[in-house]
Amino acid sequence: MTRKQRRLVLIGVAGAVLMSATGLVLSALNDQIVFFRTPTELAERQVPVGDRVRMGGLVAEGSVERTGETEVRFTVTDTASTIPVTYTGILPDLFREGQGVVTEGRLGPDGVFVADTVLAKHDENYMPKEVADSLKAQGHWQEGAEAGAPGAAGQ
Amino acid sequence: MMITEIGHYALVLALGLAFIQSVLPVWGAKTGDGRLMAVAEPVALATLGLVALSFAALTVAYVRSDFSLVNVFENSHSAKPMIFKISGVWGNHEGSMLLWVLILVLFSALVAIFGGRLPQTLRATVLSVQGWVTAAFLLFILMTSNPFNRMIPAPFEGQDLNPILQDIGLAIHPPLLYVGYVGVSIAFSFAIAALIEGRIDAAWARWVRPWTLAAWIFLTLGIAMGSYWAYYELGWGGWWFWDPVENASFMPWLAATALLHSAIVMEKRDALKIWTVLLAILAFSLSLLGTFLVRSGVLTSVHAFATDPTRGVFILAILVIFVGGSLALYAWRAPMLKPGGIFAPVSREGALVLNNVFLSAACATVFVGTLYPLALESVTGEKISVGAPFFNLTFVPLMIPALIAIPFGPLLAWKRADLAGVAERLAAAALAALAATAVTLWLSGATGILAALAVGLAFWLIVGSLTEPVQRAARGGGGVGPFLRRFFGLPRAAFGTALGHLGMGLTVLGIAGASGYDHERITSVVPGERIEIAGYDLTFEGSTPRQGPNFREEVARFAVTRDGLAIAEMAPTKRFYPARQMPTTEAAILTRGFSQLYVSLGDPGADGRTVVRAQFKPMVTLIWLGCVMMALGGCLSLADRRLRVGAPRPARRAEAVA
Repeated sequence: MTRKQRRLVLIGVAGAVLMSATGLVLSALNDQIVFFRTPTELAERQVPVGDRVRMGGLVAEGSVERTGETEVRFTVTDTASTIPVTYTGILPDLFREGQGVVTEGRLGPDGVFVADTVLAKHDENYMPKEVADSLKAQGHWQEGAEAGAPGAAGQ
Repeated sequence: MMITEIGHYALVLALGLAFIQSVLPVWGAKTGDGRLMAVAEPVALATLGLVALSFAALTVAYVRSDFSLVNVFENSHSAKPMIFKISGVWGNHEGSMLLWVLILVLFSALVAIFGGRLPQTLRATVLSVQGWVTAAFLLFILMTSNPFNRMIPAPFEGQDLNPILQDIGLAIHPPLLYVGYVGVSIAFSFAIAALIEGRIDAAWARWVRPWTLAAWIFLTLGIAMGSYWAYYELGWGGWWFWDPVENASFMPWLAATALLHSAIVMEKRDALKIWTVLLAILAFSLSLLGTFLVRSGVLTSVHAFATDPTRGVFILAILVIFVGGSLALYAWRAPMLKPGGIFAPVSREGALVLNNVFLSAACATVFVGTLYPLALESVTGEKISVGAPFFNLTFVPLMIPALIAIPFGPLLAWKRADLAGVAERLAAAALAALAATAVTLWLSGATGILAALAVGLAFWLIVGSLTEPVQRAARGGGGVGPFLRRFFGLPRAAFGTALGHLGMGLTVLGIAGASGYDHERITSVVPGERIEIAGYDLTFEGSTPRQGPNFREEVARFAVTRDGLAIAEMAPTKRFYPARQMPTTEAAILTRGFSQLYVSLGDPGADGRTVVRAQFKPMVTLIWLGCVMMALGGCLSLADRRLRVGAPRPARRAEAVA
């Protein structure tokens, strides 16, 4: 093999791997990403029923109800609209009424959101960014309202 | 207290010294002024002393619970156990950046101490580049993230550390990871110095490789520790979430792994020089990117301690200047570096290039998956999440051919190799892989074909990586005694390679077992009820409250039996930290062989029942043991005579390659 041919093989192999990587990424970006939607967008049926989405908002006060052995029902609100959610499994430690939450799952034809994943905050000092942004968009956000919460000295 | 002011002052002095280190040595190297170059070593050592003093001062403030410091007030509590008071020093944004810089200047000092055999101009330039990074991050700390800021009047009690971080993991994971992250800066500084000097040779690679290897060992352990910590602390039993902050540490690891391998080609064959320099730049750029992603607050996670826009902008500026600057320098100067030899596609070099191509492509998919949501949101405002399904369909398919190729690599000869001959030598590994797949399919009742194939791949890797040292020692015959003598007389680097690859095989086996054959039961119980999972019986005996130093908890007790025999008691708990008004879940884990039984509690269910998640994860510990094995392989390689820093070596003639 000449020097030139060897170089061509090298470039060919590298090119083929990079092309397949690009192909894989593009097809996965088409199918495997999950969009973030607000309860309002779901309530207005902007999302086809059965599509996998992430929905975030506040857990409505007084809405959490244990319906089965491990099944939980609650509603998620962005203060404009409210979507009922069912979830089977263990809720995260920081899941609380009146707090921000992100759920992932599918909206059923009956308008109930069936979540298979529920994410709450890691820390009580902030809420999921998506939730904060959507509340801001709804005009229900008070700047600094959550940051100043803890900090009472001499507990 | 005085010590705080001393620490603050030391940090400012260190910044001054970093500026001196940034300018004088490289200027001396350019003008050939030996006195200017000689400034580098004492200044690097003094900077280490000052930053260490500053770090010690902050630690003292934490130990004494000096709440007049904003940082201590926000992240500590007088009732917190001592170990968490100390590890809490870096359990927050400011302190963790100080640890970052401390490790950076430690590495600079190590170059100053052990760099005696380096050409003086190279050493001076390397230390100057280290000085640039040090100055940038010290400036960042002092301007936006000063841990020594006071508050008046001082509060009586602190706000405590995030309870998730009150774990021995915090004492181990960040320091390990940072040594890895920051250690890559040495490879970067060497690359920049080579570009500035316009000269690079095999000796350069021999220098860069041990530093990269050391950084890689710590990065491997740091990531594994982080994974195990998330596994036992978060209570979901997941060990990898493809979370952006995990990816932020994984990308430098992939780049460093590629660099480690390409540096071998450069050292042995004087080839792939320009690529190796680029990889060194990319690896550190990804470290900086990771620091930006984790510390700037663009991502919401347990790692993002605080969201302050000025910090994000400052780190982004550092990122742009260093990445942009070094890539521009590369574009300008790299053509001046003489390209090395060329080789046949089927050869050891060819295999290492293949490794690099796949690792880089896989790293690129992780990069896209991590940054695409951020880019899309800033351009269109659309919010998306990219999770495990994306990476399973992009990263995994790219890694599989790379993993299959691993056992071939060390068996191939340099320059030109005989692929058919190598394949023949791997017959045992292929048989082991087939047998493992068949047995797994049979045991699992022919469910999960993909997981069974992954088990086969793991055995291919494990047996395949042992093939080279075993066959090498078997050559020459003479029975068991001479075989063992030859086997243990092999160079440590050969064992390093074998163990590194073997560790990868173990990790793959762990992943296959834990994700392909796991059992999970989520149910609710009252005392006396039993949960059956994977042949184990867990009997709930009831729960009792307990008071911890800065928390109270509800301890649930389960008696574990198998075939009627009592094995152990498991006690998962639900904790509540009053200072932060925050609950956490502490899972109970029972290790059986390499497998684990994992029990965590949910909220109290209806009618006072306790919600329980019980999981059985076969082979799961191998995921982390494999990483430890990889790191051990790295250590053995590092201990090899050829690589020992400062070991005398004969002058090496560059071989002419066609």
